[in-house]
Amino acid sequence: MSSISPALTPGQPSQSNVDEAPRVLVTPSTRADKIFRGVNTGAALTSLLVMGLIAIFLFKQASPALNKAGSHFFTTFEWLPDEENAVYGIGAMLFGTVVAALIALIVAVPISFGTALFINEYAPIKIRRILVTLVDLLAAIPSLIFGLWGLSYFQPKLDGPALWLSKWMKFIPIFKTQVPIFGSSLFVSGLVLALMIVPIITSVSLAVMKEVPRVFCEAALALGGTKAGMIKEVVWPFSRGGLIGASMLGLGRALGETIAVALILSNDFRIPHNVLSPGGASVAGTIALKFPEAGENGRSALIAAGLVLFIFTLLVNVVARAVVKKTKAPGGARGSTGAKGSK
Amino acid sequence: MSTSALSAPVPDNEVRRSTRTFGTRETMEIAVPLAVSVLVTTALFLLTPLDGAFGFVIVAFTIFMVAFFAAVRRARGAKHGIDRVVSVGITLAALITAAPLVLIVFTVFQKGLPALGFNTFTKTLEGVDPSSPPTTGGLLHALTGTLSQVGIATLVSVPFGIGTAVYLNEIQGAFTGLVRLLVDAMSGIPSIVAGLFVYTIWVVGPGHGFSGIAASFALAILMLPTVARTTEEMLRLVDPGLREASLALGSSQWRTVAQVVLPTARTGIITAVILGIARVAGETAPLLMTAFGADKIVGPIKSLTSPQSALPLFIFQQFAQDQRQRAWTGALVLILLVLALFTLARLLGRSKRNR
Repeated sequence: MSSISPALTPGQPSQSNVDEAPRVLVTPSTRADKIFRGVNTGAALTSLLVMGLIAIFLFKQASPALNKAGSHFFTTFEWLPDEENAVYGIGAMLFGTVVAALIALIVAVPISFGTALFINEYAPIKIRRILVTLVDLLAAIPSLIFGLWGLSYFQPKLDGPALWLSKWMKFIPIFKTQVPIFGSSLFVSGLVLALMIVPIITSVSLAVMKEVPRVFCEAALALGGTKAGMIKEVVWPFSRGGLIGASMLGLGRALGETIAVALILSNDFRIPHNVLSPGGASVAGTIALKFPEAGENGRSALIAAGLVLFIFTLLVNVVARAVVKKTKAPGGARGSTGAKGSK
Repeated sequence: MSTSALSAPVPDNEVRRSTRTFGTRETMEIAVPLAVSVLVTTALFLLTPLDGAFGFVIVAFTIFMVAFFAAVRRARGAKHGIDRVVSVGITLAALITAAPLVLIVFTVFQKGLPALGFNTFTKTLEGVDPSSPPTTGGLLHALTGTLSQVGIATLVSVPFGIGTAVYLNEIQGAFTGLVRLLVDAMSGIPSIVAGLFVYTIWVVGPGHGFSGIAASFALAILMLPTVARTTEEMLRLVDPGLREASLALGSSQWRTVAQVVLPTARTGIITAVILGIARVAGETAPLLMTAFGADKIVGPIKSLTSPQSALPLFIFQQFAQDQRQRAWTGALVLILLVLALFTLARLLGRSKRNR
């Protein structure tokens, strides 16, 4: 605009320009542009369509079994949907799923945070690259292979630790066993799940820790702090929220994991008294194992179980993403938390 | 050195300071507590009723950590003691993360290799008696099934995935927040739920029955979020200057994206697609209620109507029928497939960075 009127000098608008309204900038959309925007908006909305259809169709197919069972669906600890007097509910499976996922979380979270810290703060640059690749690769290993390996290699190796826990840690009720028979337990499946969720927790934690401003870390070290002190006073306050979100994403994965748990658990619909003895079932694993042989009501009931799983994991994931996003607040907010965090 | 006019004069009595952070003293600080912990634990296990290899490791590790802390504290104070103990714990965590990958790949090779032969890739299980030795027959039908299902899933999900990414990064319309949330949520849906969904909407609803194409749909649902989010990351890496230059020359948005942004991000998008393929190639759970399995080769056209096998399905079913050797050979082929895809994606990603 200034180039058009030669009389205009910067900072001194000439009289004629003062009451001239700012020019409205309009980019004329070509027809190609309109089509382009329409097509891509359509593509983007498929995710909305798919998620909506999943909810609607699962609900539609699940409703016969849900109506039949009523509220008992959540409190029954048996799964006989195709008998004459059908008794079924996801109580036992839900219990198994949650307990195995919690064991996985308790084990995986410290390992993942440690690995992310090692990659970000301790490792030399070459080892850092190798480790990041390893973590990505571990995430790409199919869960079926985790299950096969867990069942035939890892599980026998866990007899020793299980025996040790049942002998020395029996003051904790979940480790108190009557007979020393281990394997096919929530403990084993929890540990295999832990190995499977370490990659996702690690990579999200790593992304969160990379957001910590380097200057604060360097300031802490320059003031004579140790690395441990820097982690506690700078890295942790900055990334706390994101790390919680990362753990929740891991929890979501562990809740929905199917094949590995189906291979390891014995699919027993009673509540096990401890986590070391064989027993327990999981929602996803039961769907996979019972589906091929199920009758009409059985399939409807399994779809109902799938619907519960869908809603459950959806909630965990959405909350987790919201928490992660909140920590990655832009510019200004970061500085103020920094001043508070590093004291 | 001293003859150079540029170097600062070095006083005779000053010793050049070492910048090494790990010297003899640090080695001793680790070695002595290690020796103490092993000796004390051995003594404990001989004299008291403590037993078991796992218990030994736990007790020895605890004693080591305490002794290590004490040694460093004596030399440099409690602050450094905590620092060293924390660094040991963190290094240990990284080792625990890396260990399973090595162990899994090793186990699969060890168990799968003996029965891997030429016929694995040239024969199917059609007419093969379950009691015959595991070296007879092969998994060609499963391999072709996986290729067909993953291929169709890629054809379906890639246009939608790239479209979603373009919408999120280039158009940024009214639904950006909602779409991003939903794509994130979609990447978290359990694979078995995707299988159940395709079962209700395709297999039983319209009555198409179990078929390979149903499996492709389920895999496409699982692939879409990976492709969309990774492509979005790649589009974000495109230099904004390129975009602005194109627009400043008078191109429409459509031309800018089609001829500048997407070609620039091409290798990145290919990487995104390959990572998506690697993610779904090993999915088992959704196939149980969609592809169902078969013991002969079913082509992509025939997969529209008839059940089809797939590599993960083959492994799962052989394992369930106690044909463990066949299952392990299948697992080896699957892991080689995933490793190859992963390496390909890495190589493409690297060549992009170097350019």
